[in-house]
Amino acid sequence: MFDDLSASFEDAIKGLRGENKISEENIGPALKQVRRALLEADVSLSVVKEFVAEVGQKAIGAEVVRGVKPGQKFVEVVKQELVEVMGGENAPLANVSEKPTVILMAGLQGAGKTTATAKLALHLKDQGRKALMVAADVYRPAAIEQLTTLGSQIDIDVFSLGSNLKPEQIAASGLEKARNEGFDTLLVDTAGRLQIDSEMMDEMVRIRSAVNPDEVLLVVDSMIGQEAAELTRAFHEKVGITGAVLTKLDGDSRGGAALSIKKISGKPIKFIGTGEKVEALEPFHPERMASRILGMGDVLTLVEKA
Amino acid sequence: EKTRKGFVTDLLEKFGDDPLTPEVLDDLEALLLRADVGVNATDQIITALRRRLNEEVLDSKEGFRFLKQQLCQIVNKPIKNSNQEVLAPKHKSLNIWLLVGVNGVGKTTTLGKLAHLALRSGYTALIAAADTFRAAAVQQVQIWGRRSGVSVIANETPNADPAAIVFDAIGAAKSKEIELLLVDTAGRLQTKNNLMEELAKIRRIIDRLAPEAIVESLLVLDASQGQNGLNQAMSFAESANLTGVVITKLDGSSRGGVAFAVASEAKLPIRFIGAGERLQDLKPFNSFEFVEALLANR
Ligand SMILES: Nc1nc2c(ncn2[C@@H]2O[C@H](COP(=O)(O)OP(=O)(O)OP(=O)(O)O)[C@@H](O)[C@H]2O)c(=O)[nH]1
Ligand SMILES: Nc1nc2c(ncn2[C@@H]2O[C@H](COP(=O)(O)OP(=O)(O)OP(=O)(O)O)[C@@H](O)[C@H]2O)c(=O)[nH]1
Ligand SMILES: [Mg+2]
Ligand SMILES: [Mg+2]
Repeated sequence: MFDDLSASFEDAIKGLRGENKISEENIGPALKQVRRALLEADVSLSVVKEFVAEVGQKAIGAEVVRGVKPGQKFVEVVKQELVEVMGGENAPLANVSEKPTVILMAGLQGAGKTTATAKLALHLKDQGRKALMVAADVYRPAAIEQLTTLGSQIDIDVFSLGSNLKPEQIAASGLEKARNEGFDTLLVDTAGRLQIDSEMMDEMVRIRSAVNPDEVLLVVDSMIGQEAAELTRAFHEKVGITGAVLTKLDGDSRGGAALSIKKISGKPIKFIGTGEKVEALEPFHPERMASRILGMGDVLTLVEKA
Repeated sequence: EKTRKGFVTDLLEKFGDDPLTPEVLDDLEALLLRADVGVNATDQIITALRRRLNEEVLDSKEGFRFLKQQLCQIVNKPIKNSNQEVLAPKHKSLNIWLLVGVNGVGKTTTLGKLAHLALRSGYTALIAAADTFRAAAVQQVQIWGRRSGVSVIANETPNADPAAIVFDAIGAAKSKEIELLLVDTAGRLQTKNNLMEELAKIRRIIDRLAPEAIVESLLVLDASQGQNGLNQAMSFAESANLTGVVITKLDGSSRGGVAFAVASEAKLPIRFIGAGERLQDLKPFNSFEFVEALLANR
């Protein structure tokens, strides 16, 4: 896969070789390859189109300094733009003065919400913040046991009320407990839901109203395909997200969803999940993500050879 | 039945009887790309359509028919090659179905649904809970066992050897003359060599302990996944000796288009479709319905 990509970039760069500037005339094939690369990385089509148009504009205007080949310059512009879109500095978790800070987890089935909840609790613990996790998924078989097991692994309290109450009631009771007992942060794990399932999306809105969160994190599987854009749009419009967690980046997915999420919601990706273990949480680095999306390691060596 | 509604391709309405124009081809290309068919497969499909258009003028209706035929052919080929139109266990024999795949795709849920289907179709069935890694994985399988009415062989010690559980389950299946043994495995990313080796070991135990068994090794693929699905199919095919694919979460808005690359490049037949979280939300794969749903307007 990566070989394909570098080969295709090589062709594009060849097209620009021998030219002394990047112009509207000679940039076409190179832009086509960028489009292709982004689609192969699972960036959503609408986002790809917008991004390619923007990169085209920037590249055409770009100064080509003496000694730097246009192909090299072009790849640089693409990467720069990707980094810029995905967001400058690393965005930390909300931390409000009136305790507890409330963090609500949301996302599709199986994305990694429950695991991410435990990972964040551990991360907060490492920073000296005391978290309470709330088991507000009343649907998935053994969802409560899953969170309880994770909680005992990392020695973090889990609040649960079984699966007969409404999730918004459970969440509200959890908040009360956190307030009364002086917890620093409340992490609310919720059931997976499809963004086209209006009943479940309404439920999410009720949960939000019940706890009035400072942070709503959309948890997204990095292997997700084209629906990343619609998923983000729906959750953002309906529930209002403040950021995202991109999971399962320990695999070999290219993670194009990162670009789609940021471009559609304007909200930062705050963390990435890099393993099944509770320790496997890292801050998001736009620079690394840009390289990953483009398969850039290979491309850069190529450009150097060109 | 959320997904089964709106199966009519209303694209035709949009394009009418006009001959296929470059604009329509562009729309079709976008449709395929947005369904996760992938750039390469989409190129191939659209190129074939273009070639056909060079030979004769087609109106939209014929153009679509040609497109659908092509798509159907891609997914039908591995099914034809398997000589088994619909996958079903063989009565009065030991069938072992192994469910494998990356994390969170729906292996355990699919296993619960298959257990239910098996019992309803008059098979005796047993479940092996061979995910000993994920938090509360065993409890989750046990709930599915209760829902479907199928017994579960499990070891609740965390990180117990999954191969040992499969070993025990095969013993139990043989002594009880079970017809279908369903094996749940832990989710694993195909890039984790040690975990893929663990899977290969489970596979070897099955082949050694039950050489007479009819083994199906099914890759569970989440319809919302993108192009990584093909990497998954290629790697799992090697470690788990895959014989087929189950596509889950088709009740969502994702179309599962990567299945075309999986069918044509990994040459795997798609066997079942999951479209919901309930016991009964599983269907045998039908290429016609799948292609119609893929092309249905959004
Ligand atoms: N390799 C890897 N696996 C992960 C990561 N995050 C989560 N998982 C796994 O993905 C699977 C699903 O994770 P969960 O946390 O249960 O996902 P969820 O979103 O809570 O799922 P539902 O509650 O069913 O919607 C589990 O097998 C996790 O171990 C990650 O960063 N890397
Ligand atoms: N909407 C929908 N959700 C599904 C479907 N199949 C499974 N799910 C949900 O997806 C989530 C993950 O399902 P599991 O069966 O636990 O997935 P798994 O592959 O066993 O996960 P791990 O064992 O953690 O790797 C759960 O919330 C399921 O309810 C489906 O067809 N449609
Ligand atoms: Mg969960
Ligand atoms: Mg499972």
